[in-house]
Amino acid sequence: MQIFHCPFCGPRPDAEFHYAGDADKPRPARDCSDEEWARYLLMRANARGVARELWVHRAGCGRWIVLARDTVSHEIGGSEPLNP
Amino acid sequence: MPGLLSRYSAWRLLREGLAGQQGWTPAWEDRDPDPAYDVVVVGGGGHGLATAYYLARTHGITRVAVLEKGWIGGGNTGRNTTIIRSNYFHPQSAALYDLSVSLYETLALELNYNIMFSQRGMMEIAHNQPELESMARAANAMRINGVDIEVIGRDEVLRREPLLDPSPRSRWPVYGALLQRRAGTARHDAVAWGYARAAAALGVHIVQDCEVRGFAIAGGRVVAVETSRGTVRAERLGLAVAGNSSVLARRAGFDLPLQSYTLQAMVSEPVKPCLNTVVLSTSTGSYVSQSDKGELVMGGNLDRAPSYAQRGSFRISQSVVSPLVELFPAFATLKLLRQWGGTVDTSPDNSPIIGPSPVAGLYLNCGWGTGGFKAIPAGGTLFAHLLATGRHHPLSEPFDYGRFARGELVDEGHAGVAH
Ligand SMILES: Cc1cc2nc3c(=O)[nH]c(=O)nc-3n(C[C@H](O)[C@H](O)[C@H](O)COP(=O)(O)OP(=O)(O)OC[C@H]3O[C@@H](n4cnc5c(N)ncnc54)[C@H](O)[C@@H]3O)c2cc1C
Ligand SMILES: [Zn+2]
Repeated sequence: MQIFHCPFCGPRPDAEFHYAGDADKPRPARDCSDEEWARYLLMRANARGVARELWVHRAGCGRWIVLARDTVSHEIGGSEPLNP
Repeated sequence: MPGLLSRYSAWRLLREGLAGQQGWTPAWEDRDPDPAYDVVVVGGGGHGLATAYYLARTHGITRVAVLEKGWIGGGNTGRNTTIIRSNYFHPQSAALYDLSVSLYETLALELNYNIMFSQRGMMEIAHNQPELESMARAANAMRINGVDIEVIGRDEVLRREPLLDPSPRSRWPVYGALLQRRAGTARHDAVAWGYARAAAALGVHIVQDCEVRGFAIAGGRVVAVETSRGTVRAERLGLAVAGNSSVLARRAGFDLPLQSYTLQAMVSEPVKPCLNTVVLSTSTGSYVSQSDKGELVMGGNLDRAPSYAQRGSFRISQSVVSPLVELFPAFATLKLLRQWGGTVDTSPDNSPIIGPSPVAGLYLNCGWGTGGFKAIPAGGTLFAHLLATGRHHPLSEPFDYGRFARGELVDEGHAGVAH
C-alpha cells in the first residue's frame, strides 16, 4: 500500500483513489480535425519517469486531483486540486 | 537453417551425451553492430526476432540487425504465461491470431527448435447463466470467423478438470465453458531462442546490451539510430519494443495511444501433473495452467496505475490467486514460488498497431498489451512483409496507426479475455 495525499482530505491509502488518465489535456474546439480529436481522445503521454496524472478520490471526497507520480519508482510527488 | 552438424535431433542428443556434452556450440553469435544495415529491428523480444527471421527467410533480406538493450527474450516474451489461442471476436483479429496459431503448429519443425507447443485446450469458465449466454454469442461470432470454438456444459468441464470445485454453492460455481481445443501453451524462452538461432544462421546480427536512445532524421526520414554502442545506419527501421514504444516514439517526434502497465504472473511450487487444460475464470480474469516442470502458472488482471517498474503489487497478486483457490480448493495448500511483472503496452481497442509511423522509414509493431505472445509468428510475418516491401500485408491493414484518427478501432475489449 502507498499513501496518496489528497489536497482536500490529507494522507489516505492509495486504494481509495482511482486513476483517470493524463492531466493537462485541454479539450479541443468542436470543429477540430479528426487528428486533433484522436490526439485528445486516444493518444497518451505515457511518460517513463515523473508523470502528471488525473486521479479521483473515489472512496473519499469524490473530487478530482492532479498527482505527480514517478512511473518507474512509483514515488509520489505533489498533488493539487484539478479545479482549484 | 543451421548447418547439418549443428542441427538438433534425437541422434545428436545421444551422440553429445556419449561424448560428455562437449560438442555443443553457441546457438547464435552475440556480436557488435556493423555501421549500417538494410533493416534494423529495435527490440529483441519475440516480435523483433521473428521479424528478423522472416525478413531473411521469406524476403531474402539478410543485412539485418536486431538491437536489444538487455538480453533477448528478457522483456515480456520471457515473462509471459504463454497462452496461445485465437478465440477473438472480430474477423480482422480472428484472421491475425488464427494465422499465428497455425504457424505455431509447425514452428518447432521449421526452426529445428523444440518450442514445446502443447495444444492441451483452453477453457474459459462461465460462473453464471448470463455469462454462459454471452459466451454462446461470442462463440457464434468466432465460428463465423472460422475459429474452432465450442461451448461445453458443466459436466464436460468437470470431466476435463476433476479438481474443480463441483459445488453449485461455491463462490465461483461452474456453469459451462468456452473451449478452444487448439489452444495451449509453449515455452517462451524457446520461442525467442529458436527464432534467434534460425535468424542468426541466415546471417542476421543479434546485438544484445545495445540500447537505442534516439534517431537521426533527415528530411522527415529516419536514417540512423543512436545507440549505447554507437550510430547504426538503416534503410528501414522497425520498432518492436512493447512497453517502451511511447518513449521511443516521443524521441522520433510522434505520439502513440499506448499506456504502459504492469502485468504480473506467478508460479506455485512444482507438483505432479494435476491440470489438463488452461483454465480461465471469466468473471475474475484469473487463469492457470501447469508447466512441464509441474508449477502452476497463474496470471490475471493488470496492476491499477500506469507503470514501467516491471514489478507488481501484492494486492494484485492476491486478487489473482484468491479466485483460483476457490475454483480449485486443492491448490490452497500450495506455496507460491516466484512472482514477477512485465511492462505491457495496452492500446485503446486491445488490438496491436502494425504499420508505418508518421516518420518515413520508421515502422511500428506494438500495442500487443497483455496478449502478444500468441501473436509472435504472425506479428513477425506481417512486420517483415511491411519492412521488406514498405506496404501492408492485407492481414495487417486493419491494424494501421491511422485507424485511430479514422475511428476504425478493432475493439477486442469486450471479448472477455485479454491474454
Ligand atoms: C505477466 C505477463 C503474462 C502474459 N501472458 C500472456 C499470455 O498468456 N499469452 C500471450 O499471448 N501474451 C501474454 N503476455 C503478453 C506478451 O508477453 C507480449 O505481448 C509479447 O511478449 C510482446 O512481445 P514483444 O517482442 O513485442 O515485446 P518484448 O518481449 O517485451 O520485447 C521488447 C524488447 O525491446 C527491448 N527494448 C525496449 N526498449 C529498447 C531500446 N530503447 N533499445 C533496445 N531495445 C529495447 C526490451 O528490452 C525487450 O526485450 C503476457 C505478458 C506479461 C508481462
Ligand atoms: Zn479527498
